[in-house]
Amino acid sequence: MASGVVAGKQGHSALTGLAFAPDKGRARTTGQPAATRTTAHNQNGNRPGMSLALIAALPFLGALLPGLMIRAGRTACAVSTGAVTALALLLLGLNAPAVLRGEVVQTRIEWLPQLGLNANFMLDGLGLLFAGLILGIGLLIILYARFYLAKADPMGQFYTYLMLFQGAMLGIVLSDNILLLLVFWELTSLSSFLLIGYWKHLPEGRQGARMALTVTGAGGLALIGGMLILGNIAGSYDLSVILTQKVAIQSSDWYLPALLLILLGCFTKSAQFPFHFWLPHAMAAPTPVSAYLHSATMVKAGLFLMARLWPVLAGTPEWFYIVATTGLVTMLLGAKIALFKHDLKALLAFSTVSQLGLITMLLGFGTKAAATVAVFHIINHATFKAALFMTAGIVDHEAHTRDIRRLGGLRVLMPVTFAIATLAALSMAGIPPLNGFLSKELMLEEAAHTVWWQNPWLVGVLATIGALFSVAYSFRFVAHVFLGPMRDDYPHRPHDPGFGLWAAPALLAGLVVLIGLAPMATAAWLVDAAAGAVTGAAVEVKISHWHGLEPAALWMSLAAIGGGLMLLGLFAPLSRLWEGTPRPEAKRIFDGLVEPLATLSRRITDALHDGAVTRYFAIATLAILAAGVWAFVSGTHQQGDHALTPVALVPAAGWALLMVTTCAIVALHRQRLLVLILVGVVGLMVSVGFAYLSAPDLALTQISVEVATVILLLLALNYLPKTTPAESGGARRLRDGVIATLAGLGAGGLIYALMTRDFAFDTIAAYHLANAKTEGGGTNVVNVILVDFRGYDTFGEITVLGIAALVIYALTESILRPGPANDRLRLWKAESQDAGDRHPLMLVVATRLILPLAIMVGVFIFLRGHNLPGGGFIAGLVVAIALVMQYMASGFEWTAARQKIDYHALIASGVLVAAATGIGAWFNGLPFMTSAYGYVTLWPLETFELATAALFDLGVFLTVLGAVMLSLASLSRIALRAGETVNLAPYDIDPAAGRTVKEEAR
Amino acid sequence: MEALIASAVGLMTAAGIYLILRLRTFPVIVGLSMLTYAVNVFIFASGRLTVGLPPILDSTASGYTDPLTQALVLTAIVISFGMTAVIVMMALGAFLSTGSDRIDDAAEDRAETGGRAE
Repeated sequence: MASGVVAGKQGHSALTGLAFAPDKGRARTTGQPAATRTTAHNQNGNRPGMSLALIAALPFLGALLPGLMIRAGRTACAVSTGAVTALALLLLGLNAPAVLRGEVVQTRIEWLPQLGLNANFMLDGLGLLFAGLILGIGLLIILYARFYLAKADPMGQFYTYLMLFQGAMLGIVLSDNILLLLVFWELTSLSSFLLIGYWKHLPEGRQGARMALTVTGAGGLALIGGMLILGNIAGSYDLSVILTQKVAIQSSDWYLPALLLILLGCFTKSAQFPFHFWLPHAMAAPTPVSAYLHSATMVKAGLFLMARLWPVLAGTPEWFYIVATTGLVTMLLGAKIALFKHDLKALLAFSTVSQLGLITMLLGFGTKAAATVAVFHIINHATFKAALFMTAGIVDHEAHTRDIRRLGGLRVLMPVTFAIATLAALSMAGIPPLNGFLSKELMLEEAAHTVWWQNPWLVGVLATIGALFSVAYSFRFVAHVFLGPMRDDYPHRPHDPGFGLWAAPALLAGLVVLIGLAPMATAAWLVDAAAGAVTGAAVEVKISHWHGLEPAALWMSLAAIGGGLMLLGLFAPLSRLWEGTPRPEAKRIFDGLVEPLATLSRRITDALHDGAVTRYFAIATLAILAAGVWAFVSGTHQQGDHALTPVALVPAAGWALLMVTTCAIVALHRQRLLVLILVGVVGLMVSVGFAYLSAPDLALTQISVEVATVILLLLALNYLPKTTPAESGGARRLRDGVIATLAGLGAGGLIYALMTRDFAFDTIAAYHLANAKTEGGGTNVVNVILVDFRGYDTFGEITVLGIAALVIYALTESILRPGPANDRLRLWKAESQDAGDRHPLMLVVATRLILPLAIMVGVFIFLRGHNLPGGGFIAGLVVAIALVMQYMASGFEWTAARQKIDYHALIASGVLVAAATGIGAWFNGLPFMTSAYGYVTLWPLETFELATAALFDLGVFLTVLGAVMLSLASLSRIALRAGETVNLAPYDIDPAAGRTVKEEAR
Repeated sequence: MEALIASAVGLMTAAGIYLILRLRTFPVIVGLSMLTYAVNVFIFASGRLTVGLPPILDSTASGYTDPLTQALVLTAIVISFGMTAVIVMMALGAFLSTGSDRIDDAAEDRAETGGRAE
């Protein structure tokens, strides 16, 4: 290895010397020591800039827009998406001057400091370059996609995925915390999965998306390991700290494992050999996705990370041999395959693989000059490759094929597209004066000076061969598609598309020319800033077209162009040779690896999940029981000497009733209606028990929930069988009985043990009792806990309740949609006869009288809840029951017509009121959900207390009311569909008229 | 009193478990309701039993019960209503669309699909 080091470590300085020779007029770096920049970094760091977090958050917020805006039309959808991206780009632009001055903008938000995971963002030159590419090209893609996507494609979905992806990419390049970076890294894998598989109806799309996710996801796992090691070595997960720890990291024993794992993540993401195979399969995505993912974003994430960690990872022989060699091999392999691909996008895909290899190789060289060239080529590649993908998309869009063999002669038919494609392709080929030429020549110069394993010419020759192939495939893209004779057998007669479709690639082609003609004015400043950030030293590049006849790169360029043209001239025989050579098919190997794994996991899943739910229940019960017994037996516990509560006669009677009823439920469970009544008895006894045992709030809640539950089950039972058939045999019943008895003994024994022992520690109940009045402003401690101390929990709970109600609504909708369930309902025949008088006059009159009273009671219970038993939960249930009674008395339709309350809105307003109250605490300078209270005197009332908690409780009240009513109303709609008749009057028999009121069948 | 509560929790748990092991949806729903009672009383009782000492602050009170378990159980009762309603709806939907209220996949269905959930 010692000799090999020449290239890596010692060769480093030799190379730098060459690269810095002034007369070459090439990448120049003023030799400022790395330490200087580090200090500057720290001094200039912490520039307050919330805007960075906002820039990263904007695309995620923007992802919400397209789904809404698509209702206003496709253009509105695209404009709103573009506006969000443009806003983020503007914010980035506002930060740019500081970054270009050499400062580092930072935003620090503590998230989980205990884990070292903070939402820290930073923006330096490298971040600026990438963020600019992501947002700038993103904007063009949004424009292009507006005109590319067909009418049938769900555009809102597309833009939502695109924005998610954009946000994830921005997060990667702006993260200062590597754990945060990992989160965004995984997000790019997930969101790119959605984008690649966007055309869900295409099997290639789905398979390509799955393959991309598998490869990049696996790489992501490796990366997590590598990053954690890196963070551990550096003692911090903040990049700004890690980047100062070069010596510590490179001398650590863990350097190599960390390097390998991190590179695995980078190589999979950037499609480096041997992980390059996923990228061409991802071409099944719509072209705007390919253009975005494979020019400026997804695949550049790996390059970004290599560049980001370059200061601490690069410069060792390990880095040189792994990274530079992988890059070189990828470049050659990708370029060779690209030449022989007949699908336009496949050609571009492999050319992308090749170009990414080129950049990886440059980063792998480990010299500052090479890294600077890498940065420059990243810019150039993004411009010409995005333009090429877009033109490929245009050709596909207009000619209805991407097969090069079926194209040719489009020059005359599509002159604008031809011009754009030619400029971009010539740049890719490295033809002067375009921008691709500039960076490619710089690359060749670097390659020419690189020594690989004591071999001074190998890298240079191989790089020239790679360039030669890239000339060939670039020219093929132009020659075989646009040149040649016009054909008369295109699948669709092509012509130039509208301005909307060619505007974006034309702009990029303009950039290609502009950067090519005036690199110092258009790109050098950005390269300086970005390369400065990569190399950790101030960089001042001088890019020019002519370096005299002396440099090797000139002759290598000429050789590449000449050889490339010859290669294209020999294309037909070479292609036959290529087709005739057997080669490993990556997809088959991949499938061969994945398939057995999938089969194995399916077998295991099938064996465990065989569809017998009762078996799962039995196993789960026994497992929990065993865990409980084991914990109890293996632990230590005190003596059970807690003073017992004496038993009085009445509670004992209630207990006996409960026990008997419970036994009866088990014994009679096949008679469903009867069981329902018995369950009501149990609920009543539980509620009475709560009242006896000092829990008035629980008693009130339990009894009102009981009413609602029984009504609910009655409504449901109407459309279920009325009896349960006896199916299980004696053995089965015995088995279940044993399991049940064991579980019962376990639960009963555990609670008995608990109740007969004193608390091992002081409970936190004392805190709540002591502070309820002083901090929560109420004397009913249970209610104060609910709306104040644990208000956040309650907020979560009412949200869950609201969601449950919406789920019920959605289930109802699906039942009522045309389908077997709906058919069965329509043909429903009641098993039992209807009651003669379904809406008895007495019930109608009584419920009408009770309604205002019940509502009054509800209000009363609500208002006193903070100080006496009551509160939003109970009040909500009481009012809900009063309303349900109206439905029961006069029927659903009749009542619904008179009660115009939208239950969805009720739930939403409840949750919103509760949230707004919680947020209100912020304006008071207090944490979320802290309540405030005061005393108000309002003549002629007594002085009363007014707490924001009451407002929160109002939210609880509204949500509970809405949720209960929506659930019951949903069930009633099912009854209506089952052919229940609709009455015109509130009652069936009108005693005044002395006749039956007519019913109208629905 | 402790023995009464413990035996009630035990019996309600046993009844609940026995019923959720039945083969039709309705007994399972009833079983889950019974388990809900059992669990709620269990959590409530873990704050220890007190008679005549409600959690309402009062200058004349001689002591208080544990308000925390009560607050926990109160929301649990309401949430369990929501959950019961959801599973009732699921049971109803399943019965109406398949014509059967069996809770296990029928053995012949399992054989047909190779035991795979389709």
